[in-house]
Amino acid sequence: MSGFDKVVTSYEEALEGLEDNMTIIAGGFGLCGIPENLIKEIKRKGTTGLTIASNNAGVDGKGLGLLLEEKQIKKMIASYVGENALFEAQMMSGELEVELTPQGTLAEKMRAGGAGIPAFYTATGYGTPVGEGKEVREFNGRHYILEEALSGDFAIAKAWKADRYGNLMFRKTARNFNPMAITAGKIAVVEVEEIVEVGQLDPDEIHLPGIYVNRLIQGTFEKTIEQRTVRKA
Amino acid sequence: MALTREQLAQRVAQEFQDGYYVNLGIGIPTLAANYIPDDMQVMLQSENGLLGMGPFPLDEEIDADLINAGKQTVTMIEGASLFCSAQSFAMIRGGHVDLTVLGAFEVDCQGNIASYMIPGKLIKGMGGAMDLVAGADNIIVTMTHASKSGQSKLLSQCTLPLTGKNCIRRVLTDLALMDIEGGKFILRERAPGVSVEEIINLTSGELTVPDHVPEMTV
Repeated sequence: MSGFDKVVTSYEEALEGLEDNMTIIAGGFGLCGIPENLIKEIKRKGTTGLTIASNNAGVDGKGLGLLLEEKQIKKMIASYVGENALFEAQMMSGELEVELTPQGTLAEKMRAGGAGIPAFYTATGYGTPVGEGKEVREFNGRHYILEEALSGDFAIAKAWKADRYGNLMFRKTARNFNPMAITAGKIAVVEVEEIVEVGQLDPDEIHLPGIYVNRLIQGTFEKTIEQRTVRKA
Repeated sequence: MALTREQLAQRVAQEFQDGYYVNLGIGIPTLAANYIPDDMQVMLQSENGLLGMGPFPLDEEIDADLINAGKQTVTMIEGASLFCSAQSFAMIRGGHVDLTVLGAFEVDCQGNIASYMIPGKLIKGMGGAMDLVAGADNIIVTMTHASKSGQSKLLSQCTLPLTGKNCIRRVLTDLALMDIEGGKFILRERAPGVSVEEIINLTSGELTVPDHVPEMTV
C-alpha cells in the first residue's frame, strides 16, 4: 500500500506514460523554477509532436530549449519567446507553431484548467491580435474577450520542498507558474530539492496541497541565471 | 534638449506618491526606481511574483530563485511578499497596482498602444504588457517622441498591432509630457530647451497646446 505517498525514485518512472503528440503544461519563468531534470528526461525519451504551454521556451541549450534541438515540440503556447535562436529559426520556418498568449491570461488559463472552469472573460487582449476570433462581451461598459482554460495530459513542475504526500512549498520567485501548471495536468509530476517525512511541514505553510500532485521526485538542480545583475558594495 | 534616459526616469519618479504600489517595465521605467524620493515609500511589483522588489544583489547575495520580470537577479525589501503568477496578475488585472510604467513603439490619440510586435520582424511576444495595460487605470508610457529618421510615434492611429485599445492616458517622451483626452493629445510639459513648435512638428496625431506649457523640472 502506498496510500498518499507520491514519491518515485527515477525520472523514467516520473514520466511513464508520456507519449508522442501529448500536451504538457510546464512551470517556470525564464530559467527560474523550471523542472530542468524532467525536461532532460523528455529529451532522453525522444517524445515528439508535443504541445507545450509554458511562459517561456527556455534559451538555447537550457530548459525547454533542449527539446527544440531534436524538434520534439510541435506547438508552443507562451507569452515571451525571445533569447532563443533555435526557437526563432523553427518559428520562422513554420516547423514550430506558436500561440502567443498574454502572461496573465496564460496563468489564468492554467488556473481555470485546474479549477474546473472551462473559460473566463478578460479585458486583456481586447482589440488586439490576441482577441481576434474570440467572443466579445460587454460588462459595465467595458469589453472583454472569452478565453478558454488550458489543461494537459501531463504537468511538469518544480517546487522547493515537499513531504511524501506531495504537499508543496515553493521558494521565492521560483514559484511563478508552477502551482497553476500542476493543477492543470491530468498527471502532475513535480521535482523538488528536498522531500521530508509527512508531518514535518507546517500545514499552514503549504503553498499547494498534495491532492494536485501525482508523482514526486527529488533532484539536483543547475539553476542557471539568465541575467546576473549585481550592485557594488 | 531631448531628455536623457536618466532624466526620463527622474520625470517618471515625479509621478510616484507615498504608499504607491508600482509596476515598472523593462528599460527606462526600471531606472525610475533609482529616483524614489527618500521621504516616500513606494513598493515595486514584479509580475513574476514579487511585491517589494529591492536593488540588485551584492555579489555574495545572488540567488537564482530571486529574479525580476526581466530575468535579472534582484533582492527583496523588508515587508516584501511572494506569490504565484495567477495571484500576480489578479492584482494587476484587478486594478490594485497604483501605477504602471512601460515602453511602447507607438501610441495614438485614441489611447491605443502598440508595443510588442513589428510584423515581418522577429516576434518575441507580449509577456505581461497586455495584462498591464488592460488592468491599470494609471499608466505612463515612456518612449522617444520620434524614430531616428524623424517619424512621429505619437499618431492619429497606431499602424502596428495593438497591445491595448483605448487604455493610455499619459505619455512621457524625450521631448514632452502629454495627456490623452477626448481623442487628442494635450501638451502638458516640454523638456527643458525644447520648443512647442518642435513638439508640434514631431506629433502626428491631433494635438492641443494650452496657452502656457511649462518646462519640466528634471
